[in-house]
Amino acid sequence: MEFFRIKRTIPFMRNALALNLISAITFVAAVIFIVIRGFNLSIEFTGGTVMELSYPEAAPLVEVREVLINLGYTDFQVQNFGTSRDVMIRLPLLPGQSSANQSTTVIAALQAANQAPDLRRVEFVGPQVGRELIENGLLALMFVIIGIVAYLAVRFEWKFALAGVIANLHDVVIILGFFAFFQWEFSLSVLAGVLAVLGYSVNESVVIMDRIRENFRKERTASVQEVIDGAITQTISRTIITHGSTQMMVLAMLIFGGPTLHYFALALTIGIWFGIYSSVFVAAAIAMWLGVKREDLVKPIKKDDTVEEIYIE
Amino acid sequence: MNRYPLWKYITVVVALVVGLIYTLPNFFGESPAVQVSSAKVTLKIDPSMLDQVGAILKKANITTTASNFETNGPVGTVRFRFKTTDEQLVARDVIENALNPDPANPSYTVALNLLPASPAWLSALGANPMYLGLDLRGGVHFLLEVDMKGALTSRYDSFITDFRATLRDQKITADSIERVGNSVALKFNSDAARQVAFDTLRRRYTDLQWQQPGPDAGIWSLNGTLSEIAINAVQANALKQNIITLHNRINELGVSEPIIQQQGANRIIVQLPGVQDVAKAKDILGRTATLEVRLVDDSPAATSALAAGTTPFGLERYQDRDGRPLLLRRQVILTGENLQDAQAGRDSQNQQAAVHLTLDTKGARIFRDVTRDNIGKRMAILLFEKGRGEVVTAPVIRGEIPGGQVQISGSMSAEEAADTALLLRAGSLAAPMEIIEERTIGPSLGAENIAKGFNATLWGFVGVAVFMIVYYRLFGLFSAIGLSFNVLLLLALLSLLQATLTLPGIAAIALALGMAIDANVLINERIREELRNGESPQQAIQLGFDRAWSTILDSNLTTLIVGIALLIFGSGPVRGFAVVHCLGILTSMFSAVVGVRALVNLTHGNRKKILGLSIGTVWKAKD
Repeated sequence: MEFFRIKRTIPFMRNALALNLISAITFVAAVIFIVIRGFNLSIEFTGGTVMELSYPEAAPLVEVREVLINLGYTDFQVQNFGTSRDVMIRLPLLPGQSSANQSTTVIAALQAANQAPDLRRVEFVGPQVGRELIENGLLALMFVIIGIVAYLAVRFEWKFALAGVIANLHDVVIILGFFAFFQWEFSLSVLAGVLAVLGYSVNESVVIMDRIRENFRKERTASVQEVIDGAITQTISRTIITHGSTQMMVLAMLIFGGPTLHYFALALTIGIWFGIYSSVFVAAAIAMWLGVKREDLVKPIKKDDTVEEIYIE
Repeated sequence: MNRYPLWKYITVVVALVVGLIYTLPNFFGESPAVQVSSAKVTLKIDPSMLDQVGAILKKANITTTASNFETNGPVGTVRFRFKTTDEQLVARDVIENALNPDPANPSYTVALNLLPASPAWLSALGANPMYLGLDLRGGVHFLLEVDMKGALTSRYDSFITDFRATLRDQKITADSIERVGNSVALKFNSDAARQVAFDTLRRRYTDLQWQQPGPDAGIWSLNGTLSEIAINAVQANALKQNIITLHNRINELGVSEPIIQQQGANRIIVQLPGVQDVAKAKDILGRTATLEVRLVDDSPAATSALAAGTTPFGLERYQDRDGRPLLLRRQVILTGENLQDAQAGRDSQNQQAAVHLTLDTKGARIFRDVTRDNIGKRMAILLFEKGRGEVVTAPVIRGEIPGGQVQISGSMSAEEAADTALLLRAGSLAAPMEIIEERTIGPSLGAENIAKGFNATLWGFVGVAVFMIVYYRLFGLFSAIGLSFNVLLLLALLSLLQATLTLPGIAAIALALGMAIDANVLINERIREELRNGESPQQAIQLGFDRAWSTILDSNLTTLIVGIALLIFGSGPVRGFAVVHCLGILTSMFSAVVGVRALVNLTHGNRKKILGLSIGTVWKAKD
């Protein structure tokens, strides 16, 4: 079986300008959504209490709400979770009051009501923890960006490094844009997913850059644009198959993984597809516009690349 | 040309065997067990306990499948395994009754537990099942923050008491000694008095730095503050003491494998796997109590003020546990720091229920002086929870108490005595703590999470493997085998390192597999490409693997950067993800590059002439 029967080099870079314009617009839209709508941050970041309860029969949501109101809560959420028997309750942090015992009082009050629910999960996060998580999340993002730029700059060249990071940040911002637009819950595991996407789509750009470098060496006469087009064409089947495989895994997570992994898998899905797009169209185009030249890559033949020059007969 | 030297094959085989051995324990499940540990600090459990409990079980006709003795720090534990949970429950009751004849005052904690059921030879090799996180096995996780300001405040408060005693011994009179923010301020009516006090205190309390501001309106003051080093020492000690206290309290809960760890400078993680009664756990742990001993003012003036509802100067109003108001002196005689132990027991003479306290040397000295001077008065033991004080007990001082052994007895039941002892022990926290994070997972949800994670990984794996075989034929099969090899190595590594597996960790396994296939696709595509360019099959294999390698390395290293970032900055679920993510990258490089290559070399390397490779259709454009 062979999916890709490509007769000649596909001129990916011909429409680069138009596609990057679309990219830029999507990017700006994502930023606007993030700024205007903000994130629906999980309690891990905001602090508060989440409880998951399981009722023997359909959960009496109205009754649950009444119990909470009687306990003096005003700003809370009660909703079904997964099935009609499972309920999720979110309680905000109460200023000036220790909330570590919130869940205990609530569950006691609910169990005293008509139907006694089963406690499935409680998560309580104090305000100091949430702040730290946000800080650490941003630090992790910085670390990843600097690490990747440094690695690519050493391994390839700064133009590629910059192009790669811009392309992949563009993926990250667009994922975040989705989360802001749909107000999907942004939790710690989503953050892990987003960062994993960052690494994963850099990975993708690296494969293409590797090929560009190799082709610069082989095809001494071809123009920069031809070399880039050729490199993308040669790797496109691998790109699609690899991402298809990863997507299969992520799809399995989306289907079987349950609610805990749902948004994590969703973030990965968006990341995978935008990762392909950005590696193919955005990263290479930016490198091209930054003026990447044959001499940038070919001149210093590094020790670890010599393998590619040796032909064993 | 596609031949591996023998050592490379051996490396792969060794990795395979080691992988199998260390993955194996995960398939044996768990067997029910009963564990016995000490409920008292003074009672040590040693291996002879095995025989003692063994005899109890024999008498009750219960057969145990295995037993062992284990020490975790200073705490010894014996565990007995049983075939069924029914036997386990019966055994628990039998052992409980035999070891703790007085349920109000248990000497031992007898608790149910699940132990890995893997055979002894595997355990002897150090092969244990993966350590499941709380989200997979159910249980409670707490993050507690120690209030360091509180630790300092109580340190200064105890300085005040010490200074009073010291100055009195030296016959120096101070106008006042009080805590002002984070310092102790002493006021004297003459420079000479201040000088003598300064000389005395400086010699005795080397932790403090002193200031002597100029006289102000005939008052010579002396200010003492703790040095930076001393502050750090106070905080480190507070944390240490709180951890020890938590250990003791959790022992009382009878949790099988609790984790109590320091995190950062002022936090403590507590994980209690399998705990069902969260409310009780939280009640005992979250009791962020500190203890103070003060004198009760029962003078006629105070009694009338009490009746009138006013609080005279120098006194504070508190209530006891039945809601009766009491007026206490402000001066703190002792704090929880001076209390070493509190146990419920009986009065040796009249067999009444009593609480026995053990004080440290300093506490004993102060206590002796205070009791000598205040015979017939009442002394209150106050417990502070979240800033609110409550009098636990206010016994009358019957006589001078030397030696630091204190007995509180009176109208209380055995249960009340046990309660009070527990509260007082709880009160020996050096600084208040607050729960700042809690995660509770019910046991049913844990089992469900395992099933979900397992299914996601399994079906994803099947999908990828089937696709690879259909698309790349024999080489696809090799890739699928390489992928299984990867899972095996990853699970073995996780079991070997005893890393905690969580649901995000399982997601990371699935993701690692999805990404690992990338290396195989790169190699297979490259081989196809070389074939397309007219290379011979052997040549194509060689070139395919070699040329794909640098790309594989690059892309995995960038992914590794992300993994490391998550490992450094991540906490909780993110960390669980990051550990597996990083390990997965390493195992996938090995299995895809070395493992699969070994398979290919083994099957293709010795053949002189190969007409074609079974790597699916290699389509060539017609030029």
